[in-house]
Order: sequence, then C-alpha cells, then structure tokens
Amino acid sequence: MSHDSCGAPAGGVTITKDKAGKEAIVEGHVRDSGAPVSTGYARLLGTGDEFVAEVPLGEDGGFRFFAAPGDWTLRVLAPGGVRLEQSVSADIGQITTVEFAV
Amino acid sequence: MSRSDALVDADWVESRIDTPGTVIVEVDEDTSAYDKGHIPSAIKIDWKKDLQDPVRRDFVDKIGFETLLSERGIANDDTVVLYGGNNNWFASYAYWYFKLYGHQNVLLLDGGRKKWELDSRELTREVPTRAKTSYTASEQDATLRAMRDEVIAAIGKRNLVDVRSPDEFSGRLLAPAHLPQEQSQRGGHIPTAKNVPWSKAANEDGTFKADDELTALYKEEAGVDFGKDTIAYCRIGERSAHTWFVLHEILGLPNVKNYDGSWTEYGSLVGVPIEIGEGK
Repeated sequence: MSHDSCGAPAGGVTITKDKAGKEAIVEGHVRDSGAPVSTGYARLLGTGDEFVAEVPLGEDGGFRFFAAPGDWTLRVLAPGGVRLEQSVSADIGQITTVEFAV
Repeated sequence: MSRSDALVDADWVESRIDTPGTVIVEVDEDTSAYDKGHIPSAIKIDWKKDLQDPVRRDFVDKIGFETLLSERGIANDDTVVLYGGNNNWFASYAYWYFKLYGHQNVLLLDGGRKKWELDSRELTREVPTRAKTSYTASEQDATLRAMRDEVIAAIGKRNLVDVRSPDEFSGRLLAPAHLPQEQSQRGGHIPTAKNVPWSKAANEDGTFKADDELTALYKEEAGVDFGKDTIAYCRIGERSAHTWFVLHEILGLPNVKNYDGSWTEYGSLVGVPIEIGEGK
C-alpha cells in the first residue's frame, strides 16, 4: 500500500509475515452460524468511543487493523441492526484475533 | 449553500433511479465494491485511475475531466448524485472536484454506500450504458483549493483544520489505523492547526451530524473562528474533502479551501515548521 492511498479495502490490507513484526495488528471475522458476514463494517474505537478506523468486511467476513499498542474497542455493524462489540488489546509484533458471531 | 442544496437521503435517491437527467455515480479508491453490487443505474468513477494524473502528483486537468465526463455520459446540465464507501470520503472529494471544475448540479448521498447497505437497500451488478456527451468544464475554481505556499502563509492567520485522527495529528501514527504504518515522511501537524477528526462530523451509519451538532463541534469544542477563512487538510485530501463539504456546503461558511496536497506533501517539505504532540 503506497502513501498516496488512504481508503480501506474490504477486509483490511493484507500483510506479509515479515512485516507483521513491526505492526500491532487486530484482526478477525464476523460469522452468522458459521457463514461469513460479508456485508457490514468493523470499527476500531479508542477510549471514550473515539473513532479510529473502519473497514468494510471482506468476502470471508474478515477485517484487519494496524493499531497503536494499547486497549481498543471493536464494533461491528451489519444490516438488520446488528451492532456487536468486544474489547481488545494490541501490541507491536502481535496479531490479536477477535471473532464475532452474529 | 446549505444542507438541502448539497445533500440528499437514500429515499430521495431511490426515487430518482433511472430518472433522465440524473446520474448516480459511485466513487471509490477501490472500485471492487461497485463491481460486486451498486445502486441501480449507478456508474462508477475510480478515484485513482480516473481522477488522478498518472504521472504528476495532481488531479486530471480540465481537458482530462471533460474527456472523463463525456465518456461516462454525463452532460453539463445533468444532476450528478455521488456516493461511495469509506463514509463518502472519495465521493466528497469528487463532489469538491466537480465543483472545482464548475459542475453546479451535484449532490451527495448522505451516508453513502454504508447507509445504503446497512438499510439493506437494493444493489445490482448490472452496469448501465450511457450515451457519450460533449462535456465542457470551467477553469479550476481557485477559491476552493489551497496550495502549499498558501498553507504556509496561513499559519497563525487563518483556521487550519487537520481532520486526521488524534494519533496521526500528534505524530504517533503516519497513516490511518486501517493501513500499515511504514511511510517515510515526518509525523506531526501544521503549527496552529486544530485537530477535528473527520469522523466527529459523521454518525456511525456514515450520515452527517445535524447542523447544530456540527457548529458546536467546530466552533465551540475546537475553537475554529467562523469569521476567518479556513483550510482543511488530512493526508491526501479526501478525508479533508469530507470536512470541506461540512464547512462549505452544509454549514455554508464562505471561504473554505481543501488542501489536497495535505500531509503527504507538507510532511515532506524541507524547512517548514512542524508541531508534534497534542493539539493546543
């Protein structure tokens, strides 16, 4: 991803393992009875519900963020008024996985 | 300019699908979302391929814009309704861009693609065909676009509104948190800039907040002086187009410019002042 880009691709930017060591990654999936929820959004929120980032869910219901180390809230929005939330901690060199079930 | 002149809701757009004289356009940096499903009758514009010059760092010139709109079948008197993903960032940028080249009848779908999807409204893969037109653009309206020297001269004199996240503003992150953090330019912000993240102007479903909430956000909370001219910036100019839309089109402030060079330009300039840390 070059610096002249700013959009959030569905599912989040893919990353190679050698680069993952420098990032604080938070990723996961949203599923409904095991099936991926591919229409919807994952939001990364800081303290006090402060918006940080958002990606549309991927075809596999997946999302990925490159956060700063610390505590975050993940919120999922999907059609039908779906609104789910989980707390998560991120750290450099770690991939933190968070799974959502609708 | 006010909210009702610039913004339409999903019901309005639904009622205008296939209406002659109205062209619905999805604008995104990644147009794969359009290919998977879009609002019926909508055509697509690719923010990068269609709107950016492939060689120079600039957007397409007047002739390029005329060629693009003619090819897509947009006429000078058509009403253009823009929407997109990323909470309408790129659609807001396109709106600013259409205005810059003098297209007057342009509207933004409130909430963009996200609201449409969360409402479970109809999406189609059918790609419409439109007859070519002969579009004539105006010269760029310089009152809407700020260039770097003007931004440097505005430090301490005009409102500078940095619409990136607090972590990008302070220099802790160099890009939004949905992107890898490996950029090389310096972190921080333009001295005297107020940090009002674009997201504070939007509701969770991507729609814009109410006028009184927006006024309170910029004026009371952030201390933006509504009596002064304003320049908004972000990293590449699309999130700040969203804020330009709020200040200039919804709230109707007269002199608001978007600095599309934004932090990728400013943070790479030699010799300019940079401030790091929290906003003052």
